[in-house]
Amino acid sequence: MSQVTAPPVRRRRSALQRRVSLAGIGFVTPFMIGLALLIIAPIVYAIYLSLFRTQLIGGTAFVGFGNYATLLQDAKFWASFLRVLLFLVVQVPIMLVLSLIAALALDSARLHGVGFFRIAIFLPYAVPGVVAALLWGFIYGNQFGLTAWVNSAFGWHLAPLAPSWILGSIGNIVTWEFMGYNMLIFYSALRVIGTELYEAAEIDGAGAWRIIFNIKMPALRGSIVIAVIFSIIGSFQLFNEPNLLQSLAPNSITSYFTPNMYAYNLSFAGQQFNYSATVAIVMGIITGVISYIVQVRGTRAENR
Amino acid sequence: MSGVTMRPHRRSGSHHVRPRRNLVLTIVMALFVVYSLVPLIWLVINSTKTQADLFTTFGLGFGKHFVLFSNIAQTFTYKDGIFLHWLLNTLLYVVVGAGGATLLATLGGYGLAKYAFPGRRAVFGVVIGAIAVPGTALAVPTFLMFSKLGLTNTPWAVILPSLISPFGLYLIWTYAIDAVPIELLEAARVDGASELRTFFTISLRLLTPGIVTVLLFAIVATWNNYFLPLIMLSDPTWYPLTVGLSQWSAQATGVAAQPIYNLVITGSLITIIPIVVAFLFLQRYWQSGLAAGSVKA
Amino acid sequence: MNHSTRWTALRRVASVAVAGAVVAAALVGCSSSGNSGSSGAGAGGGKPADVEAALKKGGEITYWTWTPAAKAQVAAFEKVYPKVKVNLVNAGTNTTEYTKLQNAVKAGKGAPDVAQVEYYAVPQFALGDSLVDLSQFGFDSLKSDYSSGPWSNVNVQGKVMGLPQDSGPMALFYNKTEFDKYGIAVPKTWDEYIAAAKKLHAANPNAYITSDSGDPGFITSMIWQAGGQPFKVDGTKVSINLQDDGTKKFTAMWNQLVEGKLLSQVPGWSDDWYKALGNGDVATLITGAWMPGVLESSVPQGSGQWAVAPIPTYDGTPVNAENGGSAEVVMKQSKNQALAAGFLKWLNDSEQSVNIFIGSGGGFPSTTKDQNSDNFLNQAPAYFGGQKINQVLVDGAKPVVEGWQYLPFEVYANSIFGDTVGQAYTKSSSLDPGLVAWQKALVDYGNQQGFKVTVG
Repeated sequence: MSQVTAPPVRRRRSALQRRVSLAGIGFVTPFMIGLALLIIAPIVYAIYLSLFRTQLIGGTAFVGFGNYATLLQDAKFWASFLRVLLFLVVQVPIMLVLSLIAALALDSARLHGVGFFRIAIFLPYAVPGVVAALLWGFIYGNQFGLTAWVNSAFGWHLAPLAPSWILGSIGNIVTWEFMGYNMLIFYSALRVIGTELYEAAEIDGAGAWRIIFNIKMPALRGSIVIAVIFSIIGSFQLFNEPNLLQSLAPNSITSYFTPNMYAYNLSFAGQQFNYSATVAIVMGIITGVISYIVQVRGTRAENR
Repeated sequence: MSGVTMRPHRRSGSHHVRPRRNLVLTIVMALFVVYSLVPLIWLVINSTKTQADLFTTFGLGFGKHFVLFSNIAQTFTYKDGIFLHWLLNTLLYVVVGAGGATLLATLGGYGLAKYAFPGRRAVFGVVIGAIAVPGTALAVPTFLMFSKLGLTNTPWAVILPSLISPFGLYLIWTYAIDAVPIELLEAARVDGASELRTFFTISLRLLTPGIVTVLLFAIVATWNNYFLPLIMLSDPTWYPLTVGLSQWSAQATGVAAQPIYNLVITGSLITIIPIVVAFLFLQRYWQSGLAAGSVKA
Repeated sequence: MNHSTRWTALRRVASVAVAGAVVAAALVGCSSSGNSGSSGAGAGGGKPADVEAALKKGGEITYWTWTPAAKAQVAAFEKVYPKVKVNLVNAGTNTTEYTKLQNAVKAGKGAPDVAQVEYYAVPQFALGDSLVDLSQFGFDSLKSDYSSGPWSNVNVQGKVMGLPQDSGPMALFYNKTEFDKYGIAVPKTWDEYIAAAKKLHAANPNAYITSDSGDPGFITSMIWQAGGQPFKVDGTKVSINLQDDGTKKFTAMWNQLVEGKLLSQVPGWSDDWYKALGNGDVATLITGAWMPGVLESSVPQGSGQWAVAPIPTYDGTPVNAENGGSAEVVMKQSKNQALAAGFLKWLNDSEQSVNIFIGSGGGFPSTTKDQNSDNFLNQAPAYFGGQKINQVLVDGAKPVVEGWQYLPFEVYANSIFGDTVGQAYTKSSSLDPGLVAWQKALVDYGNQQGFKVTVG
């Protein structure tokens, strides 16, 4: 992926080369300044903060890696981490498989009204997470929400906001929001498969399933890797949905329901900014490492 | 990646597979659509109800009174029209934030794709690394930094962090590789055009689908932004719609509680309309832009 | 208001650059006289006379509140004192506002001059040294104007940290129609209340005596009523005992409802809850005297059905606690503390302002004069079937147990309530293990934060 696409033309005069390289630096500089100030600086600052401890009574003290040592033994942090990990391994595959099915169906040329399906399934992506959580919060209510109606109509006992259901209910909201988005990513990748591949398959007399597994799936690998990475990042960052649903499910959604909620509550309810920064740093490292592994494995599989 | 032709083929479908429409497949997809649209339909229907009807009538049926227009009017006039403030703030954040993010990402992605310069690989590595940095993990340190600088509770606190989109840059980079032929740039150089001029007169046009895609994602990101403005802003006159709506929703709590569920619902509907419209109108552009981004990994 | 806050915000951007200059100017200019009204930040050297002088001189202050009456109150104030401009900001309801207030305190700037803070959160801000002690302006003499519960809530370590806005002596709000339908008598004791809960739920499986899915404000008030005092604060010395006699008295009673699954699990203040209050599924509320305004404006379906009775007791002797209610405080960051104090005094101690407040339905007054005015006592709202509810509510303000204290980190404590005690509700099990877990978390937190926390 890092293959150089503009091979340096060696025969040019060095003046031109210098001009080109200066221009390149010029194009990239504004972004890099922003990156340095708005992403790298906060990271460095967070690392700095994580080395101190401030008390409401008694002020600030340097504690080295003390906060990290505390974090390693912090049952709340690990509970929140395991919860998003569970979310990740359950919700993400379900969502991506659904997206994949939808994308393959759109691409199958066996569907009526492709344009309508495409945009209709994509629409929830345009709904802000806040609105999605409010909206589903209303629907989940088992007094006047749709859930109440479903329960009385079918005699069920759905309780989407109960502790044992809540993670699934949040997973449903996230799936609803991002299924269409991932579907489009996959669909776009399918659209650029060269016709010659299909023609060759047709000559071979390959059936629909063989085309899916031998042509379409390999072509989708790159976009699946991207979707997985973004879903990992999204899962580890889970905040808006549980935070907004908390008022509806105060006992199901604890103050450390996800690592991000934990960090938020440490900072703004507990005034433990230093420890909160530690949580942020550790989660950043874990997310980065896992994303990197997925990326490397994904590309390696591709090169085989 | 290797060997994939980048030109999006407009396949008619009839060339390579049997054109038979499949009913089962259509039904499966119809289920997907129901799942996607029912909550939105719920939103539309319930924005036509009074608060009393919300409590007493079936969620997917209309209420005793049809008050959509009075709900809309109330949404815009409640508390001296604060909702309009929020709408305009959101537009400001979107125009400056998403516009700026797109501009910076376009310049950067183009520069990385088309120019060889020392340190390019390092820059690229940093950008890719930055994609994996969880944005909300930065929120707390950014907040503390901004509060030291006196930037909290100003629009800058919302705009500045949204200006940098590593993924946007990455999308433009992948798009620019194929969309802008290097020969074209060299020809322009021979003609004596400056690099910036070449960018604006030639490359920009070729990059349009990619730029529109990045712009749309940046618009969605800023339009949906909640966490950052939530912690940065204390003055409601600077709130974007998302934070404002959650405040309206939270107002149903405690002493002197004033639930305004009908306005929360109508406000939510109004919040999603502009962005849905933007997506519908720009469909053609972002789909081809996505196609480029989606195959590279 | 919008215009000027926008300016303030823009100025704040520039203020970083000029901060150095300001410090320099302050050093040079502090000796200049004629600067009356602005008692130096943190000086604490104000005099009662400063307040009147500041009001006459005028100026601009910012007031954070979510009280619905605030707009009319501010408008009336500006008419009386035309030289004073009050920027009214709704920075969010309760905890949202505290987060922002806390952030501003931490940042060292951005706090308003006057802010609404609920009683339970006052000690937290007082302890953080972010509030002005109003006794320097002679506000300690206003004690006799207020009923005892709210006044003790604004008194932290002998300092007057704010003036009470409203109060919330508890009462039993019950759905009379529902009670009559099932032949349930109004309970006078908690035993009768539990019996009523059983009878109601047996008669109508959808109906519950009340809803409680875990609310720290409710539980602390109930412990308070039972004579418990789980939190004792003396400076930075804190003792916590969530298993003291009063607490156990309360849990022994309330556990019967929790374990018997006799409580609706609909979360308070949710859309479902409002619906349940309207259709009889939640038949009573044990809550502060400010509830009528909420019922009237937000549960129209319940009109003519609800009534008010004194809170049940353990042994028939009237005893009560406060639930909810807010004070307004003056922030130390205020550049014009005397003016802020002047506004606050008018806001919460003048008849004109308190009348606007009462008229808005936004709360129950804390001033004894207004509680006992004939006009107030004789109100007979149709919503409550013509019952003179204020007589019941005002009577409830008298037997409030004295000496209750909140933790100096009560806002944090409440934020982790669901993590600990809340879990007992979801399992319909005894609250005591949850309270013990809450206590442990609070002791740990307090000690981490540098308090000297002991159990007992």
